[in-house]
Amino acid sequence: MPASDAMRLNVGAAARPRFPLRLKLGSLVSSSETGLKSSHFRRPWLAAGLLAPQLLILLFFFFIPTWKALSLAFVQVDPFGATMIFVGLDNFTTLFSSPEYRDSAVLTLWFTTVQCFVTLFVAGLFAFATDQVMRGRAIYKGVILLPYAIAPAISGVLWAFLFNPTVGPLAQMLHELGYAWDPNRRPSDALLLVSVAAIWKHVCYDYIFLVAAFLAVPASVIEAGAIDGAGPVRRFLTITLPMAAPTIFFLIVMNFVYGLFETFGIIDVITHGGPAGSTNTLVYKVYQDGFRQLDLGSSAAQSVVLMAIAVLFTVLQFRAVERKVNYQV
Amino acid sequence: MVERHIWLSLFCHVVLLIGAAVVCLPLYFAFVAGSLTVSEVQQVPFPLVPGDHFVENTVSAWKEGDFGRLYLNSIIVTVGIVVGKLAASVIAGFAVTYFRFPFRMTAFWLIFISLMLPVEVRIIPTYEAVADAGGPLRSFFAAIGLTGFLASTTGYQLDAALQWNMINSYGGLILPLIASASATFLFRQFFLTVPDELCEAAKLDGAGPLKFFRDVLLPLSSSNIAALSIILFLYGWNQYLWPLLFTTEKEMYTAMIGLKDLIPVADAQPAWHLAMAASFFVMAPPALVILLMQRWFTRGLVDSSK
Repeated sequence: MPASDAMRLNVGAAARPRFPLRLKLGSLVSSSETGLKSSHFRRPWLAAGLLAPQLLILLFFFFIPTWKALSLAFVQVDPFGATMIFVGLDNFTTLFSSPEYRDSAVLTLWFTTVQCFVTLFVAGLFAFATDQVMRGRAIYKGVILLPYAIAPAISGVLWAFLFNPTVGPLAQMLHELGYAWDPNRRPSDALLLVSVAAIWKHVCYDYIFLVAAFLAVPASVIEAGAIDGAGPVRRFLTITLPMAAPTIFFLIVMNFVYGLFETFGIIDVITHGGPAGSTNTLVYKVYQDGFRQLDLGSSAAQSVVLMAIAVLFTVLQFRAVERKVNYQV
Repeated sequence: MVERHIWLSLFCHVVLLIGAAVVCLPLYFAFVAGSLTVSEVQQVPFPLVPGDHFVENTVSAWKEGDFGRLYLNSIIVTVGIVVGKLAASVIAGFAVTYFRFPFRMTAFWLIFISLMLPVEVRIIPTYEAVADAGGPLRSFFAAIGLTGFLASTTGYQLDAALQWNMINSYGGLILPLIASASATFLFRQFFLTVPDELCEAAKLDGAGPLKFFRDVLLPLSSSNIAALSIILFLYGWNQYLWPLLFTTEKEMYTAMIGLKDLIPVADAQPAWHLAMAASFFVMAPPALVILLMQRWFTRGLVDSSK
């Protein structure tokens, strides 16, 4: 009888030397026994029935669409869908040589990177402070968590109003200070506004994880640091932060995923990708080209590029989760 | 706990107060704007204290956007996503952990692969899948010759029967969002930690798989199900891209899309007071859930990504 998988996984992770690019799941599903309880049932038809709803939904709304996107990326279709010609990698070469797409890619990289690290830094500061204070912790937490409930699109609406060049209260303040704020005309202002709305919405996510990670640091280790004469800031930098490193790595991955894929609502509400393409991120561009310009071939090629990015991030995410397991005390 | 530093804790309180203020700032100004009249909202400088038209504005925004209907749509779609995803995942998770059957690992991998691609990267093909849900079946039946056979023998037009357009339907709004295996994976991970003795004991007592599932596994999973349903509720209610693509008729809009329509566009009357008042009732349900069930949801969120 094999040991239960959960046990095997834990023992294995601790005892074996780790290979850098090995996925947790790669080692988990090596034999046909894996992930099967040692006490189980043998009713194949019942199992098939239990799996059917999930697999059918996945077939129709995941596998077939994904397959279509992959195949559409290599053909040229006219807007009415009447003819279809195989063009090989033409869609991709056109895409990568298009200055618009390159601009969009560079912009997305900038936007997601800045968003990722600012969010992480702000959340880290809040989590550190929450870890230190005694009084009012629950209230602070409750307020800082609030944006988690707010949809990206609503975050967009709120900030679009605050910085609306004609009626927005904060925009009026900027105007009084002599700054000609106008996100509808100035590309840098638009990008800044979208970034602020995106960060405001996402700090709470990182905050939840960091507070949990900081709390998980054993008090005995902190006390040992204190006895050795390290002050609170030094203890944070040399004990808490390194022990939370796996969580931080995980959050960096998740922030990139958020910045890439989930900021659609913010952009659509505030800027529609403008002005002059200054907030046209890769995901927004897929939507624009596919649904507004009806350039299905290019849009499918863009989808395939995004899929590649998404797979990369999933691999990184699992790697982050694996590291989290290994670092835990 | 170790020693206290008065300056440090003062600094921390200041940081947290600033943080709380920055979180509240947009909400406060939204409330102020929502409580003004259309002429007051255009004042320079913008008023810092709320007026007394909030209820009035809320009512007229609700009527103008026909939110009675949109709210109902949002509720149906959100409940559909929560219930549909939970139900499909919990039984699929049960099947891959508690049954030995041929192609078990194939099934697991088919489910697992779907974790890799978020819906946003396949919007166009999913749109087609929803607009023409019968398409794959038509191609399949045509390929195996059933379509031609039926047409020639009985005159029955299979192609015509398999035209399902799910645009502007609840199914079209719900099903694509259920098509991800994150929850299945979660249940699988949880079931793996359930002691084997429970299943042994159930078998000795003569319980079949379904009875074991209903009387042992489901009660054990209740806290996971609760935490997950909160997260799925927020996910479903806050959907924006899908309802935007899949609804073209106003009766099928969700509350989120209704709010988008209230945002003043350039050159129109800047009715921000209505949009801001509306934003409150659109974000109210998830905000209440977060405030009332904070402990559940933070636990669920941290656990679900482990």
